[in-house]
Amino acid sequence: MLEIKNVYKTFNAGTVNEKVALSGLNLTLNDGDFVTVIGGNGAGKSTMLNAVAGAYDVDSGAIVIDGIDVTHLPEYKRAKYIGRVFQDPMMGTAATMQIEENLALALRRGKGRTLRSSITKAERAEYRERLARLDLGLETRMTSKVGLLSGGQRQAVTLLMATLQKPRLLLLDEHTAALDPKTADKVLSLTQELVEKDNLTTIMITHNMKDAIRLGNRLIMMHEGHIIYEVSGEEKKKLEVSDLLEKFAQASNGNFANDRMLLS
Amino acid sequence: MINFINALPGAVSQGLVWGIMAIGLYITFKLLEISDLTVDGSFCTGGAVCVMMLTAGYNVWIAMLCGFCAGVLAGFVTGIFHTLCGIPAILSGILTQLGLWSINLAIMGMKANQGLNVNNHKLLVSLRYLQDVGKGTRPFWQHPIFAVGVFTAALIVVLYWFFGTELGASIRATGANGNMARAQGINTDRNKVLGLMISNGLVALSGSLLAQYQSFADINMGRGAIVIGLASIIIGEVVFGKLFVNFGLRLMAVSFGAILYYVVIQAVVSLLKIDTNYLKLISALIVALFLTVPYWKNKYFHSKKKVKTAKEVGGDA
Repeated sequence: MLEIKNVYKTFNAGTVNEKVALSGLNLTLNDGDFVTVIGGNGAGKSTMLNAVAGAYDVDSGAIVIDGIDVTHLPEYKRAKYIGRVFQDPMMGTAATMQIEENLALALRRGKGRTLRSSITKAERAEYRERLARLDLGLETRMTSKVGLLSGGQRQAVTLLMATLQKPRLLLLDEHTAALDPKTADKVLSLTQELVEKDNLTTIMITHNMKDAIRLGNRLIMMHEGHIIYEVSGEEKKKLEVSDLLEKFAQASNGNFANDRMLLS
Repeated sequence: MINFINALPGAVSQGLVWGIMAIGLYITFKLLEISDLTVDGSFCTGGAVCVMMLTAGYNVWIAMLCGFCAGVLAGFVTGIFHTLCGIPAILSGILTQLGLWSINLAIMGMKANQGLNVNNHKLLVSLRYLQDVGKGTRPFWQHPIFAVGVFTAALIVVLYWFFGTELGASIRATGANGNMARAQGINTDRNKVLGLMISNGLVALSGSLLAQYQSFADINMGRGAIVIGLASIIIGEVVFGKLFVNFGLRLMAVSFGAILYYVVIQAVVSLLKIDTNYLKLISALIVALFLTVPYWKNKYFHSKKKVKTAKEVGGDA
């Protein structure tokens, strides 16, 4: 479904700030795979998602979605296949537009924007029902500006937007990291619900190793721009956090002190 | 005082005409969050094209349509500079504006201004008509306030409809959050170009109305237009912001802002007897002041307020 083939990406090449972000990254996803991604800071996790989404070009290698080579397709054209939720709750929604307007924009992802009305009555009913299922009381505030919502509410709306028009691929970039624990749990269970309902192919970056083990059918660990450890199925279910820490220590030659990974 | 009252209809008429240019500016400044300096040039382009077309014997509506299209073209150039060539928005506008100086002169046959004989043409607005209606030699609906008022209302209706369409909403999203827009499959570059085109089209349309009103086009007629436009937007927001929330009403507030601006300027001229040379200085200071106030308010009073609103909204998700 998704193939990342030998992708390289270096930022600020040739300067003192040179940073190799992706280095020979290979990953193949099958339909319905739910992959959790862990790794230290600067391991290339976010860069991988941004490369898939087309936020920037890669230096070499190829990215193929559903057999279509999208390596050189601009971000807005790839959006046809991809739903995204960002780490920053401010990034996924337009603060100065209404909740229903944001949803209407998302419903038209991958379609032409015509001179028809931007939002119809039938849609409104559907949005109201979908929002009601979030259980955040947003269904009564559909014409409120999104900027008035809390971070958690905004992330929930973004998640709804990413899945409103069923995406071929759902990319979640630490989408609960900026939320308080209780809200994070809620958004995470909502994620699980939405992914399972449509059997979405998903990549989720997380810093929480328990979540990484608990959710999804595959887990990958990244280090220095490529995958160093991969586990799936039954083997993944039996995994413990201590196993992951050990793997990580091996891979990085014990060089992982002070890493944010340890905190979670 | 009598001077001022006599000059009021003229000030309101001019305000209405400039209001259309301010509405154009609103699209770039508020919806796309681009400060587009093209307008100083495209305003004159609209006036020049309109006067030359009228002089050549074309109907006033065709002349205005051509003025509008010339402005659209100017906006397109700025848009291409900004998106395709990667030049910062402000500089793109300055470049187009500078280039337009030569083009505007060329349109006017290499002259700095071109007059229009009011007797030879049927115009939409004219200072002469304003005087004639006062004397009773023309019907009331040819009064500039009525004519431009209806014209502005029609424009607002069209814009309200357009920004409520799928395409219009995607332009608003482009300005509100480019990241989100691209993630939702919106071509943000194309939309910026489109927004600049519509905006400058309206600005040029306003220029062609002013040229008719004053019965000449002048190479300097657009100088400082962006400041007048910003002043109108800000005054409209400050005075009517709380009342007018709906998009259509906001556009109306911009037009009212322009009228207020011209009434105030007229008051300053007739009541305080200030040399008109100082008008541009006063305008610049007023706009600077109005842009400063919200910034300072945010900086020094917002932090306390923010905590309160977060609680009020009930941030529990």
